[in-house]
Amino acid sequence: MSLPVYILRRALQALPLLLVISIMGFIMMRLAPIDPLAYLKANPAISQETIKAEEERLGLNKPPVVQYVLWLGNLLKGDLGISTSGGSVSSLLLQRAGNTLLLSVSTVIFTWLIAIPAGVYAAVYRNTIIDRLLSIFTAIGMSMPTFLLALLLLMLATKTHILPIGGLTSQDFFERNYIGKCFDIIAHLIIPVTVLTLIGLAAIQRQMRASLLDVLQADYVRTARAKGLMENSVIYIHALKTAINPLITLFGFEFADLLSGAALTETVLAYPGLGRLTLEAVQSKDMNLVMASLMLGAIMLITGNLLADILLRFADPRITLE
Amino acid sequence: MVTALQTIEKAEVLKTGAFALISKKLWLSKPAYISAIVLTILYLSAGFADFLAPYSMNFADPDLANAPPSKIHLMIDKGYISGPFVYRMERLFDVDTYKQVYSEKKYARLPVKLFTKGEVYRLFGFIPSDLHLFGVDVPGRIFLLGSDINGRDNFSRLLFGAQKSLTIGFLGLLIMFPVGILYGGIAGFCGGLVDNIMMRVAEAIMSIPGFYLLIALAAILPAGMNSTERFALITVILSFIGWAGLARVIRGMVLTIKQQEFVEAARAVGQSEWKNMIRHVLPQTTSFVIVAATLQVPNFILSESGLSFIGLGIQQPDASWGNMLKAALDNANDLYNQPWLLAPGLLIFLTILCFNTLGDVCRDILDPKSSTV
Repeated sequence: MSLPVYILRRALQALPLLLVISIMGFIMMRLAPIDPLAYLKANPAISQETIKAEEERLGLNKPPVVQYVLWLGNLLKGDLGISTSGGSVSSLLLQRAGNTLLLSVSTVIFTWLIAIPAGVYAAVYRNTIIDRLLSIFTAIGMSMPTFLLALLLLMLATKTHILPIGGLTSQDFFERNYIGKCFDIIAHLIIPVTVLTLIGLAAIQRQMRASLLDVLQADYVRTARAKGLMENSVIYIHALKTAINPLITLFGFEFADLLSGAALTETVLAYPGLGRLTLEAVQSKDMNLVMASLMLGAIMLITGNLLADILLRFADPRITLE
Repeated sequence: MVTALQTIEKAEVLKTGAFALISKKLWLSKPAYISAIVLTILYLSAGFADFLAPYSMNFADPDLANAPPSKIHLMIDKGYISGPFVYRMERLFDVDTYKQVYSEKKYARLPVKLFTKGEVYRLFGFIPSDLHLFGVDVPGRIFLLGSDINGRDNFSRLLFGAQKSLTIGFLGLLIMFPVGILYGGIAGFCGGLVDNIMMRVAEAIMSIPGFYLLIALAAILPAGMNSTERFALITVILSFIGWAGLARVIRGMVLTIKQQEFVEAARAVGQSEWKNMIRHVLPQTTSFVIVAATLQVPNFILSESGLSFIGLGIQQPDASWGNMLKAALDNANDLYNQPWLLAPGLLIFLTILCFNTLGDVCRDILDPKSSTV
């Protein structure tokens, strides 16, 4: 099956899944003993007409089934309603999702750049001091709550004042030139990316080590050695190629973890991402926004898994897309 | 739930039984031994919190809010060493920095007494007592880890918080595992349309990022519940996040197991399908379940702390490690000068580290293939 057809098919398969998710989400929100417009009504900046329109749009005086159909129809039209702060939910989401994606992608890049070599090294030089140190380090990483690590780095940052904390841009962002803006964003990304990378490293390093050790015991590796290949080419060309496959599956999971784990890190470090937005929406009972971010989170997660499957196809020619 | 153990080497497990094998071999590993000891100490401290804590959970001295940890002094005077004592604290306002500072009143020396009488409590809920391990005479206060914004003793609250934070992991297991195992078992055993529908629902739950689902569920909890109800519902919510992943793995295992002859044999002697599944198929997953359970407890603890940390879990005035750590975030600007606020976080970390270590060792014991790695 060619790639575009496969992607299309997976996307079509995801549709019923998203439908089920939306129904579950909707039931959940209906169960909540909360007037979804309470905060809108409490906000004096929002006119009565807007509230009336929102009531009409959500069909609050109609039965729940009709409400759901209305909500779904609006969703398909791309109208996600307005948030309690008065802004449009869709523009708010798009902007925040971009920030979270930026954070996640940077984290994934750094995590893999460090974890893969570290895992390979630990497997090749098994039971040496460095391997032991790495395994202690990963045990700590596996058990460290993201919010604790974020707090620790926050503590260092407030003490040293080397790196900026909070937000993604400085106050003078718009007065800077293009390069200045880039540097500003990078400086703001360093702490959140460090937190998420240190946490994410552990699982991947361990998996890489275990996977490579597994492969190094395989017959074909013995054959490669027996025919007199250099140890380096045995490990880095023959063994590594097979050993990396299970990690690609992990990639999908990692994406999911990032979406979830980033929420707490974003909150502690005041990073303007999707997780923090959802959290604030939940705290202010902003139901339009909560539903929308649940859906967006699910879409990002499904996309992540699809991406992992496609990557696996390229890494392992034995796997066919079907 | 990433650790699928389909390739478990069955021979030794079948011979001795999974539990017996673990209790025999667990103590041979030094990290597991140490972890077990640390966890035992933590759980005993939580159990005897009323006795170990100098103050009750809600005891507050508003005059001593945000106080630093009490310094415990030893005085050497003319060759004699006095017993440990603390000075009375006094709150002052520093006009230069606009901050409140605490200073010790050097004339008011208060010895730290062991097995002293203090507030009345009921140990384990039914043994009335007023004995505390240590304390100082009123109006002195001993705050080993400082006090919070309401003037409550952080050390005492840490012990009471442990009662909630440490039990939620096991209570969650009691809900999540029966549900996940039965759900996955039924789906795998029945197969066909039932399997298809059940798995689609499970997949839908797995496709929502766990933390988003968690906070959305926590948000719809009605306000005005008492702390026991809230604790119970939080436990239910936490279990709700993980069961789908467990169900999927169990289903996969059941699909393989039900092909084997003994299942057919049980059917041939006239055992009902339901009994067959409960008595013969599901017990085959024990090894996996034990390992998954050990590794799930720290997940629950982590989720509860995270939830309470952002104010959606256990609520004030109840203490939990998560909501106590919130004080560290609230004082983030000055955290460097108040590192004791991080104590609940370190306890969360320590607990999770110990459970993870135990879980890893259990997996190595039950799955010898991975232990060679």
